[in-house]
Amino acid sequence: MLIKRRDFVKVGSLATASFMVPKFLKAFERVDRVPPGNKVMVILQLSGGNDGLNTVIPIRNDIYYRERPRLGIERASALALTDEVGLHPALTALRELYDDGSLGILNNVGYPNPDRSHFRSMDIWQTGSASTEYVATGWLGRYLDAQCHGCDKPTFALEIDDVLSLALKGENSKAIAMKDPKRLFGTSNENFFRDVLKEHKNEGEETVDYLYKTMSETLSSANYIFQQSRLHPSSAEYPKTELGNGLKTIASLIFSDINTKVYYISLGSFDTHVSQQMQQQRLFTELSNAVKAFTADLKKNNRFNDVLMFTFSEFGRRVSQNASGGTDHGTANNMFLIGGALKQKGVINAMPDLNDLDEGDLKYKIDFKTVYATVLRNWLEADDTTILGKRYDHLKFC
Amino acid sequence: MPVSKQLVNQHLLWRAGFGPAVYQLDDLNNSSPEKLYKALQKASSKKPEYLQAADNYLQGLMLGIQEAGRQQKEMSPEQKKEIRKRSRDSIRNLNLYWINEMVNSDAQLREKMSLFWHGHFACRNLNIFFQQELLHVIRRNALGNFRGLLHEVSKTGAMLNFLNNNQNKKDHPNENFAREVMELFTMGRGNYTEHDVKEAARSFTGWGANAKGEFVFRKFQHDDGSKTVLGKTGNFDGDEVLEILLDQKQTAKFISQKLYRFFVNDTIDAQKADWLADRFYKSDYDIGKLMEDIFTSDWFYDEKNIGSKIKSPVELLIGMQRMLPMKLENEEALLLLQRLLGQILFYPPNVAGWPGGKTWIDSSTLMMRMRIAQLINDKDEFNIKPKSDDDQMMGRDDDDIKINRMGKAARPIYAEIDWNKYVDYYNDVPRNELVNDIAGNLLQTKKSVSAGVINEYSDASDKNSFIKTATIQIMSTPEYQLC
Repeated sequence: MLIKRRDFVKVGSLATASFMVPKFLKAFERVDRVPPGNKVMVILQLSGGNDGLNTVIPIRNDIYYRERPRLGIERASALALTDEVGLHPALTALRELYDDGSLGILNNVGYPNPDRSHFRSMDIWQTGSASTEYVATGWLGRYLDAQCHGCDKPTFALEIDDVLSLALKGENSKAIAMKDPKRLFGTSNENFFRDVLKEHKNEGEETVDYLYKTMSETLSSANYIFQQSRLHPSSAEYPKTELGNGLKTIASLIFSDINTKVYYISLGSFDTHVSQQMQQQRLFTELSNAVKAFTADLKKNNRFNDVLMFTFSEFGRRVSQNASGGTDHGTANNMFLIGGALKQKGVINAMPDLNDLDEGDLKYKIDFKTVYATVLRNWLEADDTTILGKRYDHLKFC
Repeated sequence: MPVSKQLVNQHLLWRAGFGPAVYQLDDLNNSSPEKLYKALQKASSKKPEYLQAADNYLQGLMLGIQEAGRQQKEMSPEQKKEIRKRSRDSIRNLNLYWINEMVNSDAQLREKMSLFWHGHFACRNLNIFFQQELLHVIRRNALGNFRGLLHEVSKTGAMLNFLNNNQNKKDHPNENFAREVMELFTMGRGNYTEHDVKEAARSFTGWGANAKGEFVFRKFQHDDGSKTVLGKTGNFDGDEVLEILLDQKQTAKFISQKLYRFFVNDTIDAQKADWLADRFYKSDYDIGKLMEDIFTSDWFYDEKNIGSKIKSPVELLIGMQRMLPMKLENEEALLLLQRLLGQILFYPPNVAGWPGGKTWIDSSTLMMRMRIAQLINDKDEFNIKPKSDDDQMMGRDDDDIKINRMGKAARPIYAEIDWNKYVDYYNDVPRNELVNDIAGNLLQTKKSVSAGVINEYSDASDKNSFIKTATIQIMSTPEYQLC
């Protein structure tokens, strides 16, 4: 039996869950991978406020070493990218990506009137709003709203987590959060839920129907994601960490026919008020090893050019170290851009100017919403103005 | 189809409280909303007890500050760390104490109102003394006068610190407090100018709180020059600006609309909300009267309002505990569930509070909600982890999560449900009517879940088992998420 891939995609997105019998899947084991073209975005949230200055290090800056006598990372141990710039010693994979032209660094990303509270600043980043407004939808949720008119599976965006972030909640559509496609399938596939759903008929009670719609989408998405995750599961070795497992799941889905455009995953906590060196070293080791496996996997499967990954954190930290071997909440920060099709590579803009601080904090030069506008427009081909509620300039990295 | 007596009684109990308790089952068919509301009013008129959650160590420390009459002395980083940890743990206890009140107190109306104000005057603050004081101000004034409530809340250490008014000084005004008071506490966006915010901020200069959370007026930081706020000019201080805001009818309108959304329907009926606003303004902001206006109106009991609201996570959890009294061996489970469902008391998402309505629901929270009854009844495995909250954790381990690191099949809830009263209630109900009766007592939606499905998934070996399992199954449906 030979079924054309594209026919299957159609069936997969229209058919109800019960229609997708495993027998179908056998037919695909021999079929080639998805042709390049389906561009996806992977967002890695560094929760807790990562210390950007010890991530992308100004290795020739006296002020940096003066303000951080204990925490400053010596030039000799940093992974030098240029004469001026080095990476944290644990970020070896990023150094390789840099050498290979697949890494971009944006410095001084932030927003006006920065807030130093974790939850508030994360709120601002996730909603894509100004620090003076309160918005109840996330920027990717609004992307979903725009893309997902009447679609039966909100799988355009997936979060690898048990709980869905505000970033992925729209007005009408919300993404799916799951750590493991198999587990999601297991918990939502309970017969009781299926039977309750089967018996329900819309009666014009708006909120009841809304709950059933969400339930129905969850059940069919759980099925869909699970089936897709088994089409071309990644066979590569990943580190056995949460991030490693998560990126492996993402890779397997990227290799499938799934309609997902955005993957969201978090690592933390980078809230290093104390013992920063140990904590950042540990987290960056996890990050570096997982990203190494992930990018190698994508390259091997010819999908690296279709993937754009970026990192962000709710804020950077203060320039000066504190008295407990750590740093306190700061403002602007750097972002990593990773992918095979970056149009701008390396250190894209100037390093922070440590001579020009705002009461000991970095001044932002790039509003993070211009980064969002850029990826929405240039990578996802979406209407960034509608989604962000405002027109922002576009950067040139993609 | 006329709305049944039982349904309207339950409607009142769900909206003016946290749903019927097991001992109220008999009332549901026999009482009337008028009688039930009178009882709620009466029970809620008593002064609430102060919920004291700070532990002995912290209380001793606070006493030390008091007796020595000085500000916090220089402490070592270890001491500070210890205090932060204890304060955080005490806020967890405060959460549980308050939950306990919501479940067991007859002052349901007051606790429900307090939950509304807790979201309205949303405040994150890691200081237990500040938090418990703010909660007390709210519970004490919940059904009193909004004027008094606003003035008192504005002078709590919790709010002044949260909104940076300690940094609001004559030479360096900080507008945060003034802005939120106008945008979120009184008038709502679009009813004042940026200039009003700037001028109001000047009036609040010098308002602050000491280490104990008591209001202090720092005269030398106060800007006593002339200000113009909403068209009025004078050498206003903070209290006078609050009065100017209360003079605006828009404030009565803003609060009435928000109350309508919380207590009646997510979709505002402009005519009803305006009527409420008028009466609220004329009564000089009498909250108790406003609530009486709502709960004794015919339109409150309109079919379109019944079963139309998605329960907030706290309403859901409390409602279950009221109907199925249970002893929790690990009360922290309630905190874990609050986190997974997206509403942790004392940790609102931002100063705008919980947006509510459909925002409670996504695929993860919905599936989690529908598993809670099963979890309580020990029928489900649990392997779900909440997101970390760096404001709470500050780089430390997460106490809630340890609960389920014990192994894959670790249960988050060790509950012992006291079924006796509940099961007894159904003594005289014939077997074939049980599902409909149980569903009628638990659900507010017009159409119930299919009796066939409930029958199929319930344990029919004896009547008691059937009542228990059918109850659990009905609580595991989308319909049970509504009230």
